[in-house]
Amino acid sequence: MIKTEVTIAGVTFKNPVMEGSGTFGSGMEYSEFVDLNRLGAVVTKGVANVPWPGNPTPRVCEVYGGMLNAIGLQNPGIEVFCERDLPFLSNYDTKVIVNVCGRSVEDYIEVVERLSDEPRADMLEINVSCPNVKEGAIAFGTDPSALSNITKEIKAHTKKPVIMKLTPNVTNIAEMAKVAEDAGADAISLINTITGMKIDIERRKFALANKTGGMSGPAIKPIAVRMVYQASHAVKIPVIGMGGIATAEDAIEFMMAGATAVSVGMMNFVNPYATVECVEGIEDYLERHGITNINEIIGCVE
Amino acid sequence: MKKKTEGRVLSRKCLAPGIFDLEIETCLAADAKAGQFVGVYTKDASALLPRPISICGVSDDKKSIRLVYRVAGKGTEEFSHLKEGDDVTLLGVLGNGYDTEKIKTLGNSDTPVRALLLGGGIGVPPMLELSKELSAAGVKVISVMGYRNSDTFLLDEFKKYSDTYVASEDGSVGTKGNVLDAVRENGIDFDCICACGPMPMLRAIKEFAGEKTAFISLEERMACGVGACLGCVVKTAHEDPHSHVKNARICTDGPVFEASEVEI
Ligand SMILES: Cc1cc2nc3c(=O)[nH]c(=O)nc-3n(C[C@H](O)[C@H](O)[C@H](O)COP(=O)(O)OP(=O)(O)OC[C@H]3O[C@@H](n4cnc5c(N)ncnc54)[C@H](O)[C@@H]3O)c2cc1C
Ligand SMILES: Cc1cc2nc3c(=O)[nH]c(=O)nc-3n(C[C@H](O)[C@H](O)[C@H](O)COP(=O)(O)O)c2cc1C
Ligand code: FES
Repeated sequence: MIKTEVTIAGVTFKNPVMEGSGTFGSGMEYSEFVDLNRLGAVVTKGVANVPWPGNPTPRVCEVYGGMLNAIGLQNPGIEVFCERDLPFLSNYDTKVIVNVCGRSVEDYIEVVERLSDEPRADMLEINVSCPNVKEGAIAFGTDPSALSNITKEIKAHTKKPVIMKLTPNVTNIAEMAKVAEDAGADAISLINTITGMKIDIERRKFALANKTGGMSGPAIKPIAVRMVYQASHAVKIPVIGMGGIATAEDAIEFMMAGATAVSVGMMNFVNPYATVECVEGIEDYLERHGITNINEIIGCVE
Repeated sequence: MKKKTEGRVLSRKCLAPGIFDLEIETCLAADAKAGQFVGVYTKDASALLPRPISICGVSDDKKSIRLVYRVAGKGTEEFSHLKEGDDVTLLGVLGNGYDTEKIKTLGNSDTPVRALLLGGGIGVPPMLELSKELSAAGVKVISVMGYRNSDTFLLDEFKKYSDTYVASEDGSVGTKGNVLDAVRENGIDFDCICACGPMPMLRAIKEFAGEKTAFISLEERMACGVGACLGCVVKTAHEDPHSHVKNARICTDGPVFEASEVEI
């Protein structure tokens, strides 16, 4: 019997495969393609205290080996989320990680407190790539003291385990990981998208209305593997790795770099069955290599 | 049920310069209807996202679909080289499609409903399947198709299902001007409009329709095609029941919308 369970901050996942926030809605859309019961967890789209309309279009464009997005965190607000999306997920035997966004520390706290009495929210993932409107629109996640502060504030307002989702748009990812750990984070996840830009040379226009967008997809994978490796070696708390994962081989690479769990992001758009194929492929790999416990491969690369 | 599935090319034709016609055998045909679309995948691993292409036809035995598309870039260029027997990977069937039942209720009960179908440029192909479905449902169909010049396509087929008029920008065929110029020139009367084409045309149609119902098919850059990424939204007149903001997803809540419901 091969053991595929992994545990993060006291929460046990039946396998390490999740999907990246924002690439899977609240699970409903992809439940037509995959059995959500097969996933380690469903990570929901970023949700704020009130509905956010998001950015103007075009919001997405294709780039070589990936895509850019500037959705602008459109979301229906925490009330609708708790009344519609969480009950939908209650029908499935999988863990639920709720991704949270906000424009001020108070926004985040409001969402986190609202989720405190929701038994269906197993963990919270805090997206610190949102612009901090109060502090001059720099992302919470790019400034160590802002990251430390928001982590502490959130930890003080919830009993649920907290994952801080780190942005790769920093000089020293190991330092940011350490800051999150020292401030009390139960786990970290990375990477969020890498800021990019595309210009339509025929029309002399930016491809995205927002001019810049976050890059994701297979083209960013080597950067993500490197950052997961550096971050996981800087901290003791578990790391959830993502960035361009398409196959079980990619997922295993992240785990060997140090990730306890992994997320499939934009590759869901390319292959809606990617998550379950990763679950199955990991099982095959473990069997082929005579590994009885998946935890043996976490951070195993010398 | 939506699926990602392999289809097989039954035939490929060139209809006009840069306009290609593919007949693809696929299980998606069983549920496909006018106004819906499929995502077509390239074989180029650097161009990952599915290309949205509208259903131009569904075979009578519901075993194949027809896609008519214009070469616009990397993906459609690749598709233009597909040949009979080639595999092609599809995601579908996507989108809501036209509501034939609703269209049937839009006239006065004595005479058949008169639906005016307006297609501009690469908005022409989806109108063909709609003209077929509506005429089969007892709706009187009037088609007005607009082209850039005399390189027209699919016109003979529209004539099977509808009274057919043409407009061309350079005046080389039919009315010189756009589809609305042709509607006015020919004094066409109608109960409702169904339209697909470039945004300026759709804006003009929304205005022209006035009190009458107009269904318009919208385009936007897409990533997932299934309603998950929120990439493809259009501003709506009222709060959308899914998003709870004034934004609807073109790939799932559309691509067909009542013109009065969207801010374009
Ligand atoms: C609902 C819908 C139905 C459509 N139906 C048809 C049809 O029946 N026939 C037809 O010829 N075209 C149709 N289009 C437009 C078609 O999707 C684009 O021409 C096509 O995606 C271009 O891909 P490419 O790789 O050749 O171009 P590239 O420019 O290389 O594409 C790069 C990226 O941009 C996207 N893209 C480029 N142009 C468009 C566009 N106009 N709309 C949306 N995405 C775009 C591509 O999908 C791809 O992700 C439709 C679009 C939508 C949204
Ligand atoms: C369309 C889209 C929307 C996203 N929305 C969110 C979000 O709401 N919150 C968040 O923390 N990350 C969001 N992300 C980032 C992904 O969860 C993931 O971190 C990133 O895309 C890298 O993984 P990938 O290359 O596998 O996509 C989004 C990514 C995409 C492509
Ligand atoms: S393309 Fe993703 S929501 Fe429409």
